[in-house]
Amino acid sequence: MKLRLSLTQKRSMLGLLFIAPWLIGFVFLFAGPLLQSILFSFSKLVISPGGYELEAVGWQNFKDALFVDANFNRILTESILGTVVDVPLILFFSLFSAVLLNQKFRGRALARAIFFLPVILASGAISAAETSGLINLVGNASVAEELGTASGQFNVLSMVRILTEAGFPITITDYIVEAVMRIYDIISSSGVQILIFLAALQAVPSSMYEVAKIEGATAYESFWKITFPMVSPLILTNMIYTIIDSFTDSTVTRTIYETAFKTQNFGLSAAMAWLYTIVVSLLLVIMGIIVSRRTFYQN
Amino acid sequence: MAIIRDPSKESVQARMNRIRNKTLPILWSVFRYLLIIGITFIIIYPIISKFSVAFKDKQDIYNPTIYMIPVHFTLDNFKIVLDLLDYWPLLLNTMIYVFITMLLTTMSTALAGYGFARFTFPGSNLLFALVVLTILIPMSTLMVPMYLHFRSFDVLGLVRLFSGQEGINLLNSYWPSIITSATATGLKAGLFVYIFRQFFRGLPKEIEEAALIDGAGGIKTFFAIMLPNAIPPLITVTLFSFVWQYNDTFYTSLFMSEGALMPLKIASLPADANQFLPSIMGLGSSAKADPNYVALVVDTGILLAILPLIALYLFVQRHFVESVERTGVVG
Repeated sequence: MKLRLSLTQKRSMLGLLFIAPWLIGFVFLFAGPLLQSILFSFSKLVISPGGYELEAVGWQNFKDALFVDANFNRILTESILGTVVDVPLILFFSLFSAVLLNQKFRGRALARAIFFLPVILASGAISAAETSGLINLVGNASVAEELGTASGQFNVLSMVRILTEAGFPITITDYIVEAVMRIYDIISSSGVQILIFLAALQAVPSSMYEVAKIEGATAYESFWKITFPMVSPLILTNMIYTIIDSFTDSTVTRTIYETAFKTQNFGLSAAMAWLYTIVVSLLLVIMGIIVSRRTFYQN
Repeated sequence: MAIIRDPSKESVQARMNRIRNKTLPILWSVFRYLLIIGITFIIIYPIISKFSVAFKDKQDIYNPTIYMIPVHFTLDNFKIVLDLLDYWPLLLNTMIYVFITMLLTTMSTALAGYGFARFTFPGSNLLFALVVLTILIPMSTLMVPMYLHFRSFDVLGLVRLFSGQEGINLLNSYWPSIITSATATGLKAGLFVYIFRQFFRGLPKEIEEAALIDGAGGIKTFFAIMLPNAIPPLITVTLFSFVWQYNDTFYTSLFMSEGALMPLKIASLPADANQFLPSIMGLGSSAKADPNYVALVVDTGILLAILPLIALYLFVQRHFVESVERTGVVG
């Protein structure tokens, strides 16, 4: 007997066929592990040769993560604060760079190629190797130290003095100094964001700028009245991307990994992971609400 | 009295205007170049300094008069690192691994993206919301269950049924990565599904309708018509998946902690260099390596690890920018 299906039914079957690989993966390698991970976070997990055994412990793991573990609290707060500080800086820098790279000038292709280089080179492995190399260096005598100062950071102290003497409040001075100290990190983690903003800028119809020019708007005005509103939906996208991207190389992720595989405390690690997830989701929601209120949608 | 305009004054003003009109763009372009060169310098400086370090001889380390360009050029650092990392087999191995995962990821995410863009089936919106969820959940949440899952891999208890064992240990093989990328759950796969979906939604529906009328089935339409039209997202996704996979330490250290892959070897290079340098240099195993020299070797190793990427990037960077612009991530 041949199964008779209407065209819509056929289409929906076909659609399911297309997403089948993803669906299988989602069920077995995402949803399953996600539920298991919730289960793990409420249990003590003992690995046995053939598999593992679970022993329910209630909220113990969460309590341990928050109140007993010496570092997790601090690392989590620091990491979240770091993200909160970095997000505006990265957004600002990437929008600025995108506007810069969208203008016509000699050597633009080269400048673009270089600005996106960090996308290629952002590697956890390299940063890990570099930090341990630095520790190696610092562990050594004064020569190493001298080498370190000679090759690395510029002196920020003079800048701090200038800023405080100019009458900036301490918090703003701190923020600016922080930004300058982290300039390499900020630049190197805004490659994709520049790309997205650049694509958005290209999508702005040039007739708008022509009209603005005819009406006598300056470049500054047309940036705030045309460019900024037109790319503002992408600010949300980029913000979400920045926050997600910060998971990859965060100390929290490393702590969770080490708790699981170095100290073999899988339950605690799962609890930490969930705490992290919850905090990050809260952050996403809060920032999302703040940004999307001010977003301008053309359509 | 008639107001007599001072002709000289007016001409001065006009001249001032003219000068301002001319100088402002020039000033701006100078400023712009300064900015761009500054940022470029910050980005490129680490790479240049690695190049400089890589060619430096040991005796130049303690010479404070040297800036960037070493006095004694040498290729010894490269030799040591090639030896320490077992570089060429390692690179080949890594490339094969990255290439396989890249192909599978691109295929599975393109299929899923098309499925979500063009078909409505019960719960399609909910399922797409779940795709977004996979993007948002940090991967560390799934780490332990995934690890245990692949430690004793078993699909619906089939392995147990046939062999009586508790599943197969797939860790330290390519299989975990192959399975996750073929099922679009690998590294940042959710993002790729999203990119493909956005692009396919932007294509006109008429192409498919024409294909349908001409007798092509849904699958044939996808492979013969939609996919060839989807070059921009294909380039974007293959590039990103290649690069991210090449640089990834999270999944590789989770699933293949003993595997010979570039990111793992680079991450452990400082320790290795510390341990093996004395014996390589013929100082005996009890001697301790000079930490500055270890740093030199590590920098050379990092340079060797990123050189393949930079070389690839030189070829594809033009497509990189253009394809992202045309993927429709924006619209």
